[in-house]
Amino acid sequence: MTGAPAPGLAPARRVLANGAAILARQTTATPAVAINLTIRAGVVYEPETQPGLAHFLSRTIDRGTERRTADELAEALDGAGVSLGVSVNRHTLTLACTCLTEDVARLLDLIVDVVRRPVFPEAEVARRRQEIVTSLRQDQDNPAVRAVEAMLASLYGDAHPYGRPSKGRIDDVARLDRQALSAFHRHAMTPGGLTLVLVGDLEAERALDLAAALLEDWPSAPAAEARLAPPPPVAERCTIVTPMMNKSQTDIAYGFATVARADPAYNAFWIMNTVLGQYGLGGRLGDNIRERQGMAYYVYSAFDPAVVAAPLLVRAGVDSANVDRTLAAIDAEIAALARDGATVEEFEDTRRFLVASMPRLLETNASIADFLQTSEFFGLGLDYDVRMPDELQAVTREEVHAAAARLDPARATVAVAGPYAGNGRGAGGA
Amino acid sequence: MRAVARTPSRAGPRKAGLYNDRMSATSAGAPAIRRVVLDNGLTVLVREVRTAPLASVWCWYRVGSKDEGPGLTGASHFVEHMNFKGSTNIPRDQVKGLVEKFGGTWNGYTWLDQTTYFETASRDALDRMLFIEAERMANCLYEPEDCEAERTVIISELRGGENDPDQLLEIELTATALKAHPYRHPTIGWLSDLQAIGRDELYGHYRRYYGPNNAALVVVGDVDADDVVRRAGRHFGAIPPVADPPRPRTVEPPPLGERRVLLEREGTTAYLKLAWHAPAVDDPDFLPMLVLDAILTGAKGVNVWSSFRTPPPQRRSRLYRALVDTGRASMVGGSLIPTQHPFLYTISITVTDGMPIADVEHDALEAIDRLRADGISADELERARRQLAARFVFENDSVTNIAHQIGFFHTVATLDTYQTLAARLSGVTKDQVEAAARGRLAPGRRTVGWFKPVPIDGAAAGARS
Repeated sequence: MTGAPAPGLAPARRVLANGAAILARQTTATPAVAINLTIRAGVVYEPETQPGLAHFLSRTIDRGTERRTADELAEALDGAGVSLGVSVNRHTLTLACTCLTEDVARLLDLIVDVVRRPVFPEAEVARRRQEIVTSLRQDQDNPAVRAVEAMLASLYGDAHPYGRPSKGRIDDVARLDRQALSAFHRHAMTPGGLTLVLVGDLEAERALDLAAALLEDWPSAPAAEARLAPPPPVAERCTIVTPMMNKSQTDIAYGFATVARADPAYNAFWIMNTVLGQYGLGGRLGDNIRERQGMAYYVYSAFDPAVVAAPLLVRAGVDSANVDRTLAAIDAEIAALARDGATVEEFEDTRRFLVASMPRLLETNASIADFLQTSEFFGLGLDYDVRMPDELQAVTREEVHAAAARLDPARATVAVAGPYAGNGRGAGGA
Repeated sequence: MRAVARTPSRAGPRKAGLYNDRMSATSAGAPAIRRVVLDNGLTVLVREVRTAPLASVWCWYRVGSKDEGPGLTGASHFVEHMNFKGSTNIPRDQVKGLVEKFGGTWNGYTWLDQTTYFETASRDALDRMLFIEAERMANCLYEPEDCEAERTVIISELRGGENDPDQLLEIELTATALKAHPYRHPTIGWLSDLQAIGRDELYGHYRRYYGPNNAALVVVGDVDADDVVRRAGRHFGAIPPVADPPRPRTVEPPPLGERRVLLEREGTTAYLKLAWHAPAVDDPDFLPMLVLDAILTGAKGVNVWSSFRTPPPQRRSRLYRALVDTGRASMVGGSLIPTQHPFLYTISITVTDGMPIADVEHDALEAIDRLRADGISADELERARRQLAARFVFENDSVTNIAHQIGFFHTVATLDTYQTLAARLSGVTKDQVEAAARGRLAPGRRTVGWFKPVPIDGAAAGARS
């Protein structure tokens, strides 16, 4: 071993014969380790007839294995002061936690057991089903959830994995049972689709060895495959209003389908979205709707990497009397950005901000683990943290303008949920 | 607790008269925090942490919603919003981008006892961050038109919170459980006060509390402590102190019996809350209560800035087993906030769809009464202490979090309270926890809140146009 250490995170990486990938990065800030096990078992892998299955699996997978009862799992986690988070998104299911370094071997053993050998006890499945139903009932009374779900369902179609609610609907969840969970586990939870990342106060080679010993006898199976259609073209503006007259304030979700992570224009869209709805307190949208017009406490736009065209989603919460004025302001800001692009100063400031944010975004073990998982999922390479600044520097203002020019308010999909009945009508009087 | 890049404090010579170095050393085992008080009363707290090329700067003020009287509720939070709107030397249109150019993030919050502002950015931005905070302390503008635009932003913040039935119940419960102390009104304020409060009242509130002698500047990161102290003197040294601000003197009287609040409103889900008067952070009962909360609902730690982002380990906790494992509730959580005066210990429960609230309340109170009658086991105590010790590590994982914790505890208690947390936790006994449970969670001292949903009238399906 000679020469200077590699710049950046430079994680150690090992791929086992069964396809499982392990990444490790040592840090010494705290005597703790972040464990992040991600597997390609997200919403896109659900059978079309069983929406909500991946989310249901995330709620039940850690409630008993062939080797540990639910109580034993609870005791081991609680005894170490660890809460194991299990989350699911469009493409992946993730088990993540932070533990003290002294507990890492025990917890890694437990997490791999949970992933490989869950048994889904009937009683646990029944209880977790009721929790999901309760959560879906809460969502029905939540204008923010209702607006976003309506917008995505319209944009992608309500059967598309990007368009349907990830938890499923109450009727769907009622039909899901232990057999369905076991079958989905066998189908989607395979070593070929698994990436385990360990970041913390643990020597990287030792971390790889620990993980490999737990995973290498898992019989080989490739990652599950999913067919994913691009979103349908949007020919005209569409507005969906969900009146919720028992609420105080109205939520707006407004957006477009944009580009996939693999699209060469991805970085230009990233910068453009930051100008539009992120930089400072919500970008240009924040300047207009919050700062100048005082209409919203939160207004921003969000854009994240995805396998097919990702949504660019504008969100705001406003008084019902201001819904139409807010929509007009969103339209105006998008139209102006599409027409003129970003100013030289805006463009350069934003790009500098994104590049210079890297050390802050990669400060904690958990955030480094998330970053490595995303890089691994999209095949960005082990040196992506080092290359990313150069890739952003290579983006031109013209490319950002071209990205903005693809947004047309006349073809926006808009959802409004709250005490608002449409056409400027709010709850109560003036 | 093992520390991040422990650097001993450097007690080198300082310019006579400018600084008053009160404490350089620390309690045993805790990382060194450099503490200097400038001549104008500003406390400067610095910890060198060299794990990333970053610095986090926080400026804390001893003013929060408890410092507001009738008619002025929400003033502290309104002032916080106004203090992001430019100053004499930072034009309004140049606020945006000041720290972003250094990859930075910034924000602030107001709560019961405190108002705070922070920037975390590249260490190269240190001077700029100190400049921003000095401007904020001395030179904010309060243009009338900015006050009006911000008034509606804050009302939108309040209205957004009201969309959540759990928050609605929280506000009602707090105002019921406390009848005299100003902790009883929400930090955001009552709507009528927000609508009425004038520019001059806001500016007066700002001038009354925003002086160096009522503030603490905290810097944590890849910095040199001596250098930070010098720069702090340069940026803040000329700001004159303020007269000692008025402080609330009302002590909440002990409750004379159980109090109940019932919200019957349109909704889909039932919520139940139980609250008791809690010890202040410096009360000897505080850590035993923190352990008791861990036993009842799982350990949260004491970082109110970040702890809510990671749910507590709680599956073996008493109330999770009594309520969630039995299908009565889909969620149970406990909240014990470190506060300067006695506030509330609150248990929040989301009732499983279709379950009668009365049954859930019965089972929750039965579990609590059983603990009060039979005590806790040695295993429970050990598990709770271990959970809390782990949370104390996890919640100090970034320069932003460490700086928050230093400033928070300095503001609501003392630095020593923070530095000795882990050591004092290990000394908490079974008897102390049981005594806290028996005394503080007595039936006649509780407030019970229900959100009982009534069917939503005419919740139409989406209409498409």
